[in-house]
Amino acid sequence: MRIGVVTFPGSLDDGDAARAARLAGAEAVRLWHGDSDLHGVDAVVLPGGFSYGDYLRCGAIARFAPVMESVIDAARGGLPVLGICNGFQVLCEAHLLPGALTRNQHLHFRNRDQWLRVESTDTAWTNGFTGGQEVLIPVKNGEGCYVADQRTLDELEAEGRIVARYIKGNPNGSQRDIAAITNEAGNVVGIMPHPEHAVEALTGPSLDGLGFFTSVLRALAGATAGGQQSGGHQ
Amino acid sequence: MTSQPDTATSGAAAPSEKKSTGFAATDVLINEFAGAPDTVERAFQTANELQPHTDLGLKDDEYDRIRQILGRRPTASELAMYSIMWSEHCSYKSSKVHLRQFGEKTPPNTRMLAGIGENAGVVQISDELAVTFKVESHNHPSFVEPYQGAATGVGGIVRDILAMGARPIAVMDPLRFGAADHPDTARVLPGVVAGIGGYGNCLGLPNIGGEIVFDPTYQGNPLVNALSIGVLPVSRLQHKEAAGVGNVVVLLGARTGRDGIGGVSVLASATFDDGAEQRRPSVQVGDPFMEKLLIESCLELYDAGLVAGIQDLGGAGLTCALTETAAAAGTGMRVWLERVPLREASMSPTEILASESQERMLLIVTPENLAAVLGVAEKWGVWATAIGEVTSAEADGTPGRLVITWNDHVVVDVPPGSLADDGPVYARPIREPGDLILLQADRAETLPRPATGDELRETVLRMAASPNLCDKTWVTEQYDRYVLGNTVLAQPEDSGVLRIDERTNLGVALSVDGNGRFARLDPYEGAKLALAEAFRNVAITGAEPVAVTDCLNFGSPEDPAVMWQFAEAVRGLADGCQQLGTPVTGGNVSFYNQTGAAAIHPTPVVGVLGIFDDVTRRVPMGFFPPTGDGDLLFLLGETTCELSGSEWAWVTHGHLGGRPPKIDLMNEQRLGALMSRASKAGHVAAAHDLSDGGLAQALVESCLRRDVGARVTLPADDGNTAFVQLFSESASRAIVAVPRGHDKAFTSLAAEYGVPCTPIGVTIAEPVLEVREQFEIPLAEVREAWSSTLPKLFGGVAELARRHGDPEGASAPVGSAPASAAPASAAPASAAPSSAEAASAEAASAEAAGSDTPDGDEPVRSVTLEIAEPTGDALPGGPIEPATD
Repeated sequence: MRIGVVTFPGSLDDGDAARAARLAGAEAVRLWHGDSDLHGVDAVVLPGGFSYGDYLRCGAIARFAPVMESVIDAARGGLPVLGICNGFQVLCEAHLLPGALTRNQHLHFRNRDQWLRVESTDTAWTNGFTGGQEVLIPVKNGEGCYVADQRTLDELEAEGRIVARYIKGNPNGSQRDIAAITNEAGNVVGIMPHPEHAVEALTGPSLDGLGFFTSVLRALAGATAGGQQSGGHQ
Repeated sequence: MTSQPDTATSGAAAPSEKKSTGFAATDVLINEFAGAPDTVERAFQTANELQPHTDLGLKDDEYDRIRQILGRRPTASELAMYSIMWSEHCSYKSSKVHLRQFGEKTPPNTRMLAGIGENAGVVQISDELAVTFKVESHNHPSFVEPYQGAATGVGGIVRDILAMGARPIAVMDPLRFGAADHPDTARVLPGVVAGIGGYGNCLGLPNIGGEIVFDPTYQGNPLVNALSIGVLPVSRLQHKEAAGVGNVVVLLGARTGRDGIGGVSVLASATFDDGAEQRRPSVQVGDPFMEKLLIESCLELYDAGLVAGIQDLGGAGLTCALTETAAAAGTGMRVWLERVPLREASMSPTEILASESQERMLLIVTPENLAAVLGVAEKWGVWATAIGEVTSAEADGTPGRLVITWNDHVVVDVPPGSLADDGPVYARPIREPGDLILLQADRAETLPRPATGDELRETVLRMAASPNLCDKTWVTEQYDRYVLGNTVLAQPEDSGVLRIDERTNLGVALSVDGNGRFARLDPYEGAKLALAEAFRNVAITGAEPVAVTDCLNFGSPEDPAVMWQFAEAVRGLADGCQQLGTPVTGGNVSFYNQTGAAAIHPTPVVGVLGIFDDVTRRVPMGFFPPTGDGDLLFLLGETTCELSGSEWAWVTHGHLGGRPPKIDLMNEQRLGALMSRASKAGHVAAAHDLSDGGLAQALVESCLRRDVGARVTLPADDGNTAFVQLFSESASRAIVAVPRGHDKAFTSLAAEYGVPCTPIGVTIAEPVLEVREQFEIPLAEVREAWSSTLPKLFGGVAELARRHGDPEGASAPVGSAPASAAPASAAPASAAPSSAEAASAEAASAEAAGSDTPDGDEPVRSVTLEIAEPTGDALPGGPIEPATD
């Protein structure tokens, strides 16, 4: 399986996302923002960072990058796409996901090891978790406060599209403690915390992040007739 | 460029415009734009024209020397260049005679690939790989404009690392502020921290450690030092020489603007006066996004072998980069200044040369590679412009000249070596401070001490809550410590530890330490103690310390007492490095850190780099939750009654006097060797060095790290009272947690290395710190004391008011939402809080409404590793946490 990781100018966690994909057993393929060719990847990760300096608005410029035209089309066609942090912001700007991410309520950048509860396991990126599973994943952002209008929030709740919530403290003031959401089809997920930083015992607070990457391999294997067995959540 | 009305016939005709605020762009501008720029030709014609050299920081005899070198008066541009390059900041004119000791006393070392004089020292860590690291000061700009000052401090040191051919991989920030509760600290600290975070986070560099120290001595002159480390294949080491006649000089990166003019000559090389506010234009402005692009494009250029020479532009800007690259090669250089891309078209040649605009590098490339270089720059969206070429040395073999024109006017024609290497050198007078004998006689060992268990208990809590010892999470949470995915340990651990090679687990450890109070009491010993602490912090984790960088922060070198402190500190550091076999690879001197006539405490800050053959054996500082009987705790090293200069004397009595703790570096080496062996053998689960606050504070920190208790029995027979055992700051000590079954092996290893090793207790499952026969403190109580100090001081309304994550509907974001979020902010009922009261009321109601997390009841398994952070809600620094306490 080939997981593409997009590098925008200002992407910072692209290397980490690629490492996580490799550790999960996938081949990581680096995609360049100026190249609209997705090189036949089976899934795409939009990594964390400050794409285009986060000028104008986080993700607002990245959304118009040539590669995003292809990502948006492919996502609408069912390609699994995971937006992490800045990638989540890009997905919202691209209208693949509803709502927006605004400045943390306390106005500070915040980096901590954060507990989340996985609320939906029906997505391409979380099918390896068990419903309600609590996981420990680093969060680090300055603009991670998820906001949407009341109706959208209710819809997200009703349709089970809230993928993960912050527990034991909300690090940025997100509405309804939302840490991750998905689109109607469940193939596009945006998450504010950084699963790619929780994939190795040596460098992360847990191995919980790996589950996102093994999940997509499972989803892809399931989608492929006679697809090979891939590692579930460890 | 000629739009100025030509009303005056000569630049000298406008002296009435002169301002008294030092070097302002306008001072030069008026002279230059009254007619044409001040050219070499004109300098000959108007040989006796008065020049503002003193306003630029040049002394009369220095000015005379310039005239002598040139055989004429300098042009306005040349004068600015000399003032910059001969400034204290660039020329090290007061410190050079002392810094030589670092070279003279350098222990023989085969690892060092580049040392003092380069942008940063380079140390080989394996056959293929090397690391480069350096610490630098950005003190004055950070006081004038905290955010940008601190941000560009990070940017500047990162470019030094980049210029050596390395990929920057982490930063650290030793910070020193005035009293924690002083109103101006509330202005400076949050700005500095936000600036460091804003720049470093956006650059994608993990922040893995540093210091935060409060002392009134830094009230009018905070110390903002920045350290960066990078890694490079040995074969990629870059040089700054502008070699190869005919090679092209390329300016890469941001466009040049008017920011930072006079930064090094006026801001960094003079004492603050009441005009500090007016010096804001001398502070540079950073753009981390541009720096990120610059890093990526430089690395791509190195890997493609397209760079013949490279130098970063920071303090002293183009002036420094042009002269140093040319001087290093002995070549000449021809530069067309009008080719420099500008932010403001009206900049004069002098301004272009003096600008300290950030995010720029100067490259020397062969003509045939030029197109490829420009191609890489274009790929990354970075400006790249050929602005000059390397010219030959003189026919007689002497170095070439640096000739700079601006629209066909020759504005500079100088021997580059005269700027870069032949600056003035001063052997400044030195005199021991007059008050030192009295100060040293006023010992803290005679102060009244707590004696009973209750008094000791209260002292432990008060010390843990004191600004210097308290939890620094409020600060460090604002830094990204995860990016790049190689951070093995970060603050509050003793050292930052990084994995360098994913295949081999080769790694490095870094610590940076200083103690201005010790150095004030005895600068020679103080410098050694700073070195010892950094060395110990690295060694405790199991790494082998190999190299040193330093940032020497002192008052005015024109004060003989300060100069004495400096000379003593350098001597102490050089002697210490010689003894430990760890060479100083580079660093920085920062003088003029004082307010009026009052100098700061002499503050040598020392960074030590250590190497791990296998970083997986690093020893962290926190105790681990006991699985059975708990780990055995040992105190390593010897405790004597040493309270002078201690945190206890300061916190309890506001006292500074006496002599600092004795330091024998041999003991540090023994301790280091023991820890290295013990970590390889797996005898140690956790280890924490003893420094500020002594044993008591070390226990508090090791317990709180993972909420693991300890039961301690103080040795009865070592002749010290319980108080001395708990709060003395004797050097060369550590506590270690040894898993049962390893204790015999560990103690015999300690004996083998001659390290005193005293059993002092065990770790326990109950969350309590117990010192037998003295006191017991529940960890929750000590955590509350330890972790609430900084949020109370700096938390601010937004943080304190909104203690819980957002119950539904209550969450109009503070600040303005982006346009696309407009529908979202149309959320009902409550608007953004307009005052502290409104906000607290809202938070209170939010809390009353209960934590609004639906269906949060099913207990589930987690894959948390044992190295996880403590998971309690009471995690320190926790605004927006549920108020569980």
